[in-house]
Amino acid sequence: MTDGVTKTKEYIRPMPTNWWLKRKSYFMFMVRELTCLFVCGYAIFLLMLASRLGDLDAFTALLKDPIVIALQVIALPMVVYHTVTWLNLTPKVLVIWRGENRVNPLLIAAAHYLAWFAVSAVILWIVSMYR
Amino acid sequence: MAASEPTPSDKVVVLEVFRYRPEEDEEPFYQTYEVPYFEDWVVLDALNHIKNEIDGTLTFRWSCRMGVCGSCGMMVNGDPMLTCAAFIRDYYPATIRVEPLNYFPVIRDLVINMDDFLDKLTDVQTWLVPKEEKPVSEGEYLQTPVELAKYKQFSMCINCMLCYSACPVYGQHPEFIGPAALALAQRYNLDSRDGGADERAEVMFSHEGIWECTFVGDCSRVCPKNVDPAGAIQQAKVTATKDWYRSVLLPLGKKKGKDA
Repeated sequence: MTDGVTKTKEYIRPMPTNWWLKRKSYFMFMVRELTCLFVCGYAIFLLMLASRLGDLDAFTALLKDPIVIALQVIALPMVVYHTVTWLNLTPKVLVIWRGENRVNPLLIAAAHYLAWFAVSAVILWIVSMYR
Repeated sequence: MAASEPTPSDKVVVLEVFRYRPEEDEEPFYQTYEVPYFEDWVVLDALNHIKNEIDGTLTFRWSCRMGVCGSCGMMVNGDPMLTCAAFIRDYYPATIRVEPLNYFPVIRDLVINMDDFLDKLTDVQTWLVPKEEKPVSEGEYLQTPVELAKYKQFSMCINCMLCYSACPVYGQHPEFIGPAALALAQRYNLDSRDGGADERAEVMFSHEGIWECTFVGDCSRVCPKNVDPAGAIQQAKVTATKDWYRSVLLPLGKKKGKDA
């Protein structure tokens, strides 16, 4: 800082590699980030399904594969957790002003949940049509 | 609580305090002190008791002892806290471990070197850059209550640096501009009187700026003034993204518009 001041040696504390285990909020952050692997896994599964669209037997065989079913059962809670944690954060990112008032943050999160449920309902409806 | 009739001092609280004396020690160590317990004492009171009555060599920063000046931030049992707001009764009878703020170099005992933070405040120009200079004779730069409301939350920062000590990104990448400086940069970008957004953009929207943030969100959790730096940074990301699309899609249009 100021010239003429003798600078003593400073101590730098190393950051432990397991820093994310040291604090609950860090751990929950890591869980949120790691659940994205399941989102990625599910996207690969959808691509595999899409590539079998021309061959109905292969398509249904993949859907009925017990390993694939087991993976889906594991992926579902992970993907739901990932979605919920991010949707809960939307009001921090999206700030909307209506005239003189800030739109209630709860309303912004609620709108995202509504959109999510609406899209899910449409997909369920389409699936039920082709059963 | 009413002003304390000093409770019988048979009750004591044990403090484990981080010590580092650069002239004598290669490594820091923890020193244990026993301090009388009072219902209305905060950790800072206990530290001052140690300094005045037990061990005058203990070094720490403090000033206002009422949550305004932001100089007594330390790690209390692993949480970044203003020690003037950390009541001993919330920990008693457990031992309280007091350490200097995480991720900053330690000068001595509980005192950290904050130069890095001060440099970063300057890097992102956390001051008002008037949209139009005018002589004093023309009076104030007026602002409506709504214009004030848009940045007010981010202006409550007291530069206590608790958010930096909560940020694992800063811990791993010290070049990260960090929560408070970015929140303050966003505060001025949102100010209707300010015209400095373009000047701030280079540092603020760089990789060491907002894009280094992974939205852990702990900065906002520990902030004693509810500034929500995590929110400020994500909102700046939205603005930067919009600006980028605007510059790509409307090459002839206006440069970096400010988000209303």
